[in-house]
Amino acid sequence: MRIVVIDLQPDRARTIEAALGEAGIDDVVVLAQTDRLVERLAEIDPDAVLIDLESPGRDMLEQMFDLSRRVRRPVAMFVDESDAASITAAVEAGVGAYVVNGLRKERIKPILDLAVSRFNAFARLQAELEMTKAALAERKLIDRAKGILMKMKGIDEEEAYTVLRRTAMSQNRRIAEIAQSIVIAAEILN
Amino acid sequence: MTVPIRIGFIPLVDCAPLVVLHEMGFAREAGLEIVLTREASWSNIRDKLAVGLYEASHLLAPMPLATNLGLAGPRAEIVAPYVLNLNGDVVGAAEPLLAALDIAPGTGPEALLDGLRTGRLGRPAVFGVPFFFSTHHYLLRYWMAAAGVDLDARVRIEVIPPPLMTDAIRAGVIDAFMVGEPWGSFAVDAGAAAIVLTGAEIWKAAPEKVLGLRREWMSDHEEEAAQLLRALLRASQWADNPVNRVTLSELLSRDAYLGLPAELLERALAGTLTLTPRGHQATIERFLVFDTGAATFPWRSQALWFLDQMSRWGHAPDTATTREVVRRTFAPEIYRAALSPVGADLPAANAKVEGALEAPTPAASRNGRMFLGPDRFCDGRVFDPETPVA
Repeated sequence: MRIVVIDLQPDRARTIEAALGEAGIDDVVVLAQTDRLVERLAEIDPDAVLIDLESPGRDMLEQMFDLSRRVRRPVAMFVDESDAASITAAVEAGVGAYVVNGLRKERIKPILDLAVSRFNAFARLQAELEMTKAALAERKLIDRAKGILMKMKGIDEEEAYTVLRRTAMSQNRRIAEIAQSIVIAAEILN
Repeated sequence: MTVPIRIGFIPLVDCAPLVVLHEMGFAREAGLEIVLTREASWSNIRDKLAVGLYEASHLLAPMPLATNLGLAGPRAEIVAPYVLNLNGDVVGAAEPLLAALDIAPGTGPEALLDGLRTGRLGRPAVFGVPFFFSTHHYLLRYWMAAAGVDLDARVRIEVIPPPLMTDAIRAGVIDAFMVGEPWGSFAVDAGAAAIVLTGAEIWKAAPEKVLGLRREWMSDHEEEAAQLLRALLRASQWADNPVNRVTLSELLSRDAYLGLPAELLERALAGTLTLTPRGHQATIERFLVFDTGAATFPWRSQALWFLDQMSRWGHAPDTATTREVVRRTFAPEIYRAALSPVGADLPAANAKVEGALEAPTPAASRNGRMFLGPDRFCDGRVFDPETPVA
């Protein structure tokens, strides 16, 4: 079985390729760009295509099964009406599967499930990364604000943090927001 | 209590009524919370609406028909109770095509049709359209067929997402396109193409985008759906008013929406287009219409026209069954139920003969002030929705 993976995010595409390999599917072509997509798919002639739903290439792919019935064309997984839960899970995860005529739909289901779970895992990882970055940025901001307060008011670190905390409580704002205001003000006033 | 309504849209000038609905407060006043999400593909919008990740969506007019006929995407029943706009598209041709066919930029489309008809290019000319089931696709075919172009031999149609049209021209993937504004003007400004014709010149009153909703959601949220349509009508009226043009183009130019210069977007709103990279200009009456002439009314005859065209090209069969599906998709009865209580002027009929009006013509309506048309087709023919199944 030959599978094409269309994903603009190379890190994610790699995890899918690896997962497919573990499932015994070695013939995987990853496309990171959608230039001349229809042409390239015709050349590669895959049995199935997994596509990142965020890709604008999706509409180009869809036209392949809108064309004349004379031509061998891919059929979307979503044509299998009975599996509404699968479809919803896939759309929510952000991945779609297109199956070429002749490949039994039962063979693609495990592949799609695999892709869905990878996409979801990737999304979780991204979210965690975003949160960590944001937390780190906030930490740095608070440290800078403490430094400014310590210098300007001649107080130690613990007192500086207390000032931040008290101000945050009395203004009903987050400590990071107060810290940001202090940093900005200091920049302007200097 | 505010009901959140998630709406998907594609970055085009004609997402305006949805943007106005949200940004100018019409939804909020109606107690609705709108969440607009910009999407990269029509397939995505279609699927997310079908599975319930969106409550409503910006859709190409033929899309809900295709879904309900089971032609593409997940099974769902989509209803189009409101037309977001008429026209607003352009046909553009790349410089190499114009040169190959000896067409002086800024001249009319006759030379292009002639070149296509006689096959002077030596190979099929490739035209980009935004989506298979789009008004653009069916208008292009209609226009070329009416001029005697053998579409099977002389033309190939390729789907290209609107923002990628200019890249596709530059890469030589397509020779020409039909696309919604601002992507035609974008290509002209980039020096990649010249505008040869507007969609309004193919069919003066073509429904371009509709608001799509799941019938299931509408049945469970009748009151909210009605409120949505009322707020949307106010948004369409605001968007159509020339007085608001500058504000509207500024709104749409925001990064969350189109992220393009307001001046570029204003051209479509005013119907004053720059046709060529050298600066030829033209003003087209009713180039893009949001409200006047019962533009927002979902005429059943429009839906049947699309079915007629789909069957003509072998995309869908024209039978009593498919006609019934299509009649149920465009939903004038929902439009009436929602907008009658606020005194909106409503046409007396749910369908009309398409293409019969040369100029704005008084039409029977509830408040007696309605004008319809012009709605001519480029070949002067009319479409009667009552024509029996062959």
